[in-house]
Amino acid sequence: MWLWFNKLTTSKVFYQFAGRLLPWLGALTIILLAYGLYGGLVLAPPDYQQGDAFRIIYVHVPCALLSMMIYVFMAVAAAVGLIFRIKLADMLVTASAPLGASFTLLALVTGSLWGKPMWGAWWVWDARLTSELILLFLYLGVIALRSAIPDREQAAKACAILLIVGVINIPIIHYSVYWWNTLHQGATLKLFGSSLIAPSMLHPLLAMIAAFIFYFAVVLLLRTRCEILKRERKSRWVLELKN
Amino acid sequence: MDLYRLFITTLRLEALLIYRHYSQVLNPLLFYAMTISLFPLGLSPQPQLLHAVAPGVLWIVALLSILLSLHPLFEGDFADGTLEQLLLSPQPLSIIILAKLLAHWLLSVFPLILLALLFAPLLHLPLAAMGTLFASLLLGTPVLLLIGAIGKALTLGIRNSSLLVMLLVLPFYIPVLILGAGSVALAGTGLAVTGELAWLGAMLVLALPLAPLAIAAALRVGIN
Repeated sequence: MWLWFNKLTTSKVFYQFAGRLLPWLGALTIILLAYGLYGGLVLAPPDYQQGDAFRIIYVHVPCALLSMMIYVFMAVAAAVGLIFRIKLADMLVTASAPLGASFTLLALVTGSLWGKPMWGAWWVWDARLTSELILLFLYLGVIALRSAIPDREQAAKACAILLIVGVINIPIIHYSVYWWNTLHQGATLKLFGSSLIAPSMLHPLLAMIAAFIFYFAVVLLLRTRCEILKRERKSRWVLELKN
Repeated sequence: MDLYRLFITTLRLEALLIYRHYSQVLNPLLFYAMTISLFPLGLSPQPQLLHAVAPGVLWIVALLSILLSLHPLFEGDFADGTLEQLLLSPQPLSIIILAKLLAHWLLSVFPLILLALLFAPLLHLPLAAMGTLFASLLLGTPVLLLIGAIGKALTLGIRNSSLLVMLLVLPFYIPVLILGAGSVALAGTGLAVTGELAWLGAMLVLALPLAPLAIAAALRVGIN
């Protein structure tokens, strides 16, 4: 198991492995996205209170979920990279940071599009919106630190420390902001116990969430493959690939 | 050398160094005084308005002053090679860092707290909230310093790093700001603030053992 893991994290093996995985992940993404969009936009009935405006959750909720998941993913990858000295981990972190920031921005934008008709304002200083905004700042901080340090290995380690500090702090920030102010509707999906949503609305939402996760995986692998080629451009197997 | 003596020796050495370059300490204090005076000029000198914004203003400007005072923390040691010697020494780095930070807090952050108390009546903060302002700054500023030092250590050797430190560190300052300013505002209305102060204390207890480890790790990354 350990040997297999070690082998997979070498650039060349991972490049080929990702290349084989990509078509499957891409196909899954398209199928889930098609079902989620059709189910969410056509099959699901309008909400009794919010009408058709509720349909933005099919984009908003997956974005918000991914924005948090990607940060945790980055922190875990960075910690693994720091402890076991795996270069691949840093490539995954580098590739994830802009993706995480984009999902956070999308969650904010779709949220404010929904907020205008529902709350009557593009922006309110509500706890969840504010913590999402802070999360965006955290992503931008990681990206800024990364681009400020010219040495790649040093940048990787510095970002890893920042991410670990960040992941410890995120719950504290989140709850302090909650304590400060809240207006957002409560959580609809619950991991344990029944969700507060009709099945005809729920299934497309779950499909969309899965589709977004697979989409993230696809783009992450594409970007990592790109990064591998860039970093190993002088090694023999990349040159052979070119010819 | 046992850890206690290491701590005391580093503390005294660091305090002496800061004392000899006291102008570096005075600048953030001046910044505090000047920025606080901008608020009545920019908003309005009405007592009701100032009374309402005073807790937030006093806390935000204190937070920014601490960020500005971080610059000499490791920069001098980095420039003259002392830091490399510290990293090579067999003594635990986190204890040395803790002593350095304590010296910094005593000599440059504590005067800031006193200055905040001096400026609070000028912003019409009620007298009843003064005790809470003092207590919340006493508990909150060490957390700000510890977190800020992580940012400073991460950006060591980068040119024009002061702004980058702010970008990295400001999001982590939010909980301290919310609880600190919130407790002062509550005290102004006569409500109990023990809960908020207890939370600030809890953050200090969390940051005190963990942050020096992160700072030590960051310094090791920055040096090699």
